[in-house]
Amino acid sequence: MKQLAVIVAFAPLIGALVAGLGGRWITRQGAHSVTIFSVLLSFLASCVIFVDVLKGASFNETIYTWLTVGDTRFHIGFLIDRLTALMMVVVTFVSLMVHVYTIGYMADDPGYKRFFAYISLFTFSMLMLVMANNFAQLFFGWEAVGLVSYLLIGFWYTRESAIYASLKAFLVNRVGDFGFLLGIAVLLAHFGTLDYGTIFAAAPGSDADMTLICVLLFIGAMGKSAQFPLHVWLPDSMEGPTPISALIHAATMVTAGIFMVARMSPLYELSETARSVVLVVGAVTALSMALVALTQYDIKRVVAYSTLSQLGYMTAALGASAYSAAIFHLMTHAFFKAVLFLAAGSVIIALHHEQDMRRMGALRRYMPWTYWTFLIGAISSAGIPGFAGFFSKDAIIEAVHRSSTSGHLFAYLCVLSCVFVTATYTFRMVFMAFHGQPHFDPEHPPHESPAVVTLPLVLLAIPSVAAGWVIGPVVFGDYFAGALPMVEEEYHGLWAFMAHGFVSIPFWLALAGIVTAWYLYLKRPALPKWIARQLGPLYALVERKYGFDELYAWLFAGGARNLGQGFWRFGDQSLIDGLMVNGSARVVGWFASVVRLFQTGFVYQYAFTMLIGVVLLAFWFLRK
Amino acid sequence: MILSAAIWIPIVAGVLVLAAGDRNPWTRWIALAGAVLGFLVTIPLWTGFDPSTSAMQFTELRPWIQRFNINYHLGVDGISLLFVLLNSFITILVVIAGWTVIETRVAQYYAAFLIMSGLLNGVFSALDAVLFYVFFEGTLIPMFIIIGIWGGPNRVYAAVKFFLYTLFGSLLMLIALLYLYNQAGGSFAILDWHKLPLPLGVQIALFFGFLFAFAVKVPMWPVHTWLPDAHTEAPTGGSVVLAAILLKLGAYGFVRFTLPIMPDACKHLAWLMVALSLIAIVYIGLVTLVQTDMKKLIAYSSISHMGFVTLGFFLFNIYGLEGGLVQMISHGFVSAAMFLCVGVLYDRMHSRAISDYGGVVNTMPRFASFMMLFAMANSGLPATSGFVGEFMVILGAMQQNFWLAFAAATTLVLGAAYTLWMYKRVIFGPVANDHVAKLPDLNYREFIVLGLLALAILWMGVYPRPFTEVMHSSVSELLRHVSVPKQ
Repeated sequence: MKQLAVIVAFAPLIGALVAGLGGRWITRQGAHSVTIFSVLLSFLASCVIFVDVLKGASFNETIYTWLTVGDTRFHIGFLIDRLTALMMVVVTFVSLMVHVYTIGYMADDPGYKRFFAYISLFTFSMLMLVMANNFAQLFFGWEAVGLVSYLLIGFWYTRESAIYASLKAFLVNRVGDFGFLLGIAVLLAHFGTLDYGTIFAAAPGSDADMTLICVLLFIGAMGKSAQFPLHVWLPDSMEGPTPISALIHAATMVTAGIFMVARMSPLYELSETARSVVLVVGAVTALSMALVALTQYDIKRVVAYSTLSQLGYMTAALGASAYSAAIFHLMTHAFFKAVLFLAAGSVIIALHHEQDMRRMGALRRYMPWTYWTFLIGAISSAGIPGFAGFFSKDAIIEAVHRSSTSGHLFAYLCVLSCVFVTATYTFRMVFMAFHGQPHFDPEHPPHESPAVVTLPLVLLAIPSVAAGWVIGPVVFGDYFAGALPMVEEEYHGLWAFMAHGFVSIPFWLALAGIVTAWYLYLKRPALPKWIARQLGPLYALVERKYGFDELYAWLFAGGARNLGQGFWRFGDQSLIDGLMVNGSARVVGWFASVVRLFQTGFVYQYAFTMLIGVVLLAFWFLRK
Repeated sequence: MILSAAIWIPIVAGVLVLAAGDRNPWTRWIALAGAVLGFLVTIPLWTGFDPSTSAMQFTELRPWIQRFNINYHLGVDGISLLFVLLNSFITILVVIAGWTVIETRVAQYYAAFLIMSGLLNGVFSALDAVLFYVFFEGTLIPMFIIIGIWGGPNRVYAAVKFFLYTLFGSLLMLIALLYLYNQAGGSFAILDWHKLPLPLGVQIALFFGFLFAFAVKVPMWPVHTWLPDAHTEAPTGGSVVLAAILLKLGAYGFVRFTLPIMPDACKHLAWLMVALSLIAIVYIGLVTLVQTDMKKLIAYSSISHMGFVTLGFFLFNIYGLEGGLVQMISHGFVSAAMFLCVGVLYDRMHSRAISDYGGVVNTMPRFASFMMLFAMANSGLPATSGFVGEFMVILGAMQQNFWLAFAAATTLVLGAAYTLWMYKRVIFGPVANDHVAKLPDLNYREFIVLGLLALAILWMGVYPRPFTEVMHSSVSELLRHVSVPKQ
């Protein structure tokens, strides 16, 4: 399995290097061929490994020793169990779809080859992250996906908004990494190693402060998975090309935090306080971000806020110790969110880079493939029984309901009411973009996208429905046995679960949400504006994303600059250079100028001074 | 003999270059040959080095001034070895980088760099205190000349400030050296001094004697203000050697003199050194953020990165000490690369102001790619050399105290903020003005120089193990030595 694992991880790296450094030697077609081939290879190898793992195999080995410090060795190595294998398949599959889609989406872009190099590099980084068997490599993957995300958000580097968003994303992520690295350092200080296995084995009996460790690690997850209050970078990341929004900012990278906490579940199970923090942060993120999605008009931003909200669900599930449910939702979300993003991208391309939903409408008549796949994604996202999103979300809501972690009641209320909001904003999108009257330029009617765009849509729409059907073994069965703690819930088979879904509160809330969206955006389109006016400042607060962007810009960006100016002008220039350095130079100069007065060069002055000296000395001696 | 060759080949080449004169077409080639030969002779140091012992290797011992028992005594251990190699490597890059840029007094320019390179190898391999002092002070002269002659408009102020600052620092060290000579019964052998029993009070006095000399070189807050001025006025090559090698002299002094000779004073005053290092990391990090001159920005960022070195040294654990040394090597590559990048821009636009640039990527895509890599290394991204040292020092700091590691780790945010903000303003965006629109991309010479540094940075990031394995024995021995009280 070692060879296969190495192929999975490093094939995309080689693809990226060839496409990125090939320069003139490689054509556009060559660039996409080599990267797609390498990712396909990686996907197939992942599938083989997945089948092996299903048969009970697992793998935990070192590839090479990266660094030795004294007697401690830091390795690059892979841990492949059922959790890893599932992530590998999801990551390589979505990445493959996005590679194919990109051929169509970026066809006219001058940065075509660079783009393929970046997304293959991303796939490599993400695989290094999920396949790591130690914290040093995890941190490498963690930072590397952040780097590629930075490069891709700022892909169109002449756009001021894009390069601002990329810088912001990198720095906010770095704030999370700051906590993450400290968490890793505490682990090393206590356990003397960074290998998962050794730490997990030693953790239960150790005197290490598990709450501190888990909260620090979770700060990293908050940055990467955009949890409140480090969520501010994700909406702006939509400045990047749409395939990136699907691959990195919905399906894979942003779920790294969820994956990490699930991977560390042996540690999180040791601290209820940490789990409580995770639960509450997740619940707050889920509801607050869903509310923002209701107020946005940019179709990509709505999907972005929806991603934030769904990530909140996953986090809440982690806090409720339902790790398998979180990973299950991660998987279903990867599919249905990728569909939503890529279909939105198809719309954007068809409308010549128009992203405002107020200038869309009635698109279902022009773009049937896009419409139906988008609709499947939307239904799945809203959580209608039978679709993938329903199973995973219901499992999470139920887990939060049954949880006894402190704060679970508050969290339950948040995730439950969020179901209504989710359905509303999702179908608000469907109705505004695809139904009603056309609001786009009638001179240039949109037309359906080419097959390289619609084929990935269809291929992703299938698991957006079907991926939910494996809930039995994955969440409640023994799929994750040995990798994750079990979820203890009643489960009587797929049909019973669905039947129960039809009579439970979340389903009726979702239905009410869809009806609300229909009433507000198709039946009485003037009503939303009236409601917004009635709500006044409350609406403005939500629409302005609770003011976090402004607060951070003022407090951290502005504060750091002012502090820096202060230290520089006062500390360095006035105090050290002005007073101490040039000051001592001036003192020497002044002293010299005083002493110089004695060196007049006039003999009579010297003679007179000598005379005075002689007289004084004579007095002094005679006095004795 | 290898060490003597590493010292004298560049110096002899420097003299030959001077003799060849400015108009001679072979001047540059002699300089390049000297630099390459100087590097080649150091390779056996790496291949023939025995990492299992902490003893000095490749030693040479000849009497020099017998009247005072001063010897020409050379040798390297796992700590100094890497600096000889780094210095010889950087010298080649500096020679190539100045090829067409320097038009006036070419011979003197190259001679100054080659002679300085030889002297620097001398500093890192000297085992006799007087020999060390001569080399240590000797390096001031070529650097003073380089800044004073080929520097920018304010070069005289910068050169004099640089010279006085560092000279004043080393005079106190000279007194300390003479005191130790008497205590050791008339010996200048540094290794003998390591074994001297000294009472705590004396150790503390000596500690401060050495501190000023080394702190100025590092430079540590608050004796750092000469560096931004020196860097901004120095020509590109001068900045490269200054940042990559000269700054390492102070830190090297701490490991060669201060820690082993005055271990008790070091532990007694560790709080002071740690505090100054953290100020360098946080305070200077914030100051870096607001710089408007690219060279000044990188100079301040150097100070901040060197804070990690001194922090690591005074943690007294293996993570800190090895991390500090790794950080020194890495900073040699990264700061050299950053200054060369600014040099590439300055040669074309004759401006260092960030506000004069914008959208450089549109006209210089290759350059932008290289600088992205170097900027990431400067921000400490894993898989670049910049990460390894910082990572190790933060791990080492955590072994002592959570808040120590907390303060040190702020560099993750600050370092990324100042580096990438500058990168964004200079490289990204639409073409800012007509000058930027006319910029030619890297020529092959610049490509080679930056490419070599990129390879070094990636190698050290992806596979740093060879770098730490040569130092294990020496560092462990040093830590063991420091842990035993001397008084």
